[in-house]
Amino acid sequence: MADYSNYDYKMSQQSHEHIVPTRTFILVWIALLCLTVITAGVAYLDLGPFNTIVALTIATIKALMVVLIFMHVMYASDKLIKVIVISAVFWLMILLLLSLVDYAFRFPDHTSLHPLASSVAALL
Amino acid sequence: VDAEQQRSAASLGMWLFLATEIMFFGGAFCAYLIYRRFYFAEFAASSQTLGLGLGTINTAVLICSSLTVVLAVSAAQLGKRKQLVWYLVLTIVLGLVFLGIKAVEWTQKYEEHHIPGPTFQLAPDFPNLQHIDPSRTQIFFSLYFAMTGMHALHMVIGVGIFAWLTYKAWKGHYSPHYYTPIENAGLYWHFVDIVWIYLFPLLYLIDRHR
Repeated sequence: MADYSNYDYKMSQQSHEHIVPTRTFILVWIALLCLTVITAGVAYLDLGPFNTIVALTIATIKALMVVLIFMHVMYASDKLIKVIVISAVFWLMILLLLSLVDYAFRFPDHTSLHPLASSVAALL
Repeated sequence: VDAEQQRSAASLGMWLFLATEIMFFGGAFCAYLIYRRFYFAEFAASSQTLGLGLGTINTAVLICSSLTVVLAVSAAQLGKRKQLVWYLVLTIVLGLVFLGIKAVEWTQKYEEHHIPGPTFQLAPDFPNLQHIDPSRTQIFFSLYFAMTGMHALHMVIGVGIFAWLTYKAWKGHYSPHYYTPIENAGLYWHFVDIVWIYLFPLLYLIDRHR
């Protein structure tokens, strides 16, 4: 085991950080693998627009599990980190949704959909 | 300065960096969604040339590497040096497996002439070829190589960072009182995993039946 004496100046409350039990991580890992198999399996079925809905919903569930548990956001005592995570997702939604709406209004497709509906449909 | 403040400042900085990375990859995702809307049939036809098997295996490999990273952070928190080194090495191995499979996929794309450029061609026996403009399928493959390429570059950098951390951990630089580099490298690795979690359905899954 390493000699910690050099690190006394770094002595901190880091050791008081929430230590998540290994069992939690194993369960999340199994869930992530199961969801990967499910999403790949569903791709073999022809569900029309629901192929996209199912695939992106599963991807979002997986991403949430990684962010909240693997990246410790759920256990973070620092509220500022949660603020950054939420604002980053918010900025990303501004980028994606406003861009798609803009394209939908300027280049309406041949379907009779309202541009707003068409920009949502672009995701499907 | 108080060490706890140092730690939370480092963590905050890492999260801000990841926020900029989200916008970086977000631009590529945005381009993909817009072009997919413009050239729907071409994107569907191109997406169907990707192999589902290797893509799924690679997703599983990355998820396993995310597990070894969280276990490495736990080992660091508990001061278990040998375990920490082992989990870091496992993460590097899994990262290299991912890159190896990616290289196999790219080689297949090269042999099928799916790399955009003068020699590009979609397979002439492709079933729906009469309904699509093959030249526009190059846009799909440009985005495919740009997005998986940038993702792979992040993986290469991640493997380099983890190699450095393994050396430092083996030397005993980390303890339950100081493991911030392990924690922040872990955040980076998970972020790269999440990018792939979205690349996988968009590139491989959603357009298989169009």
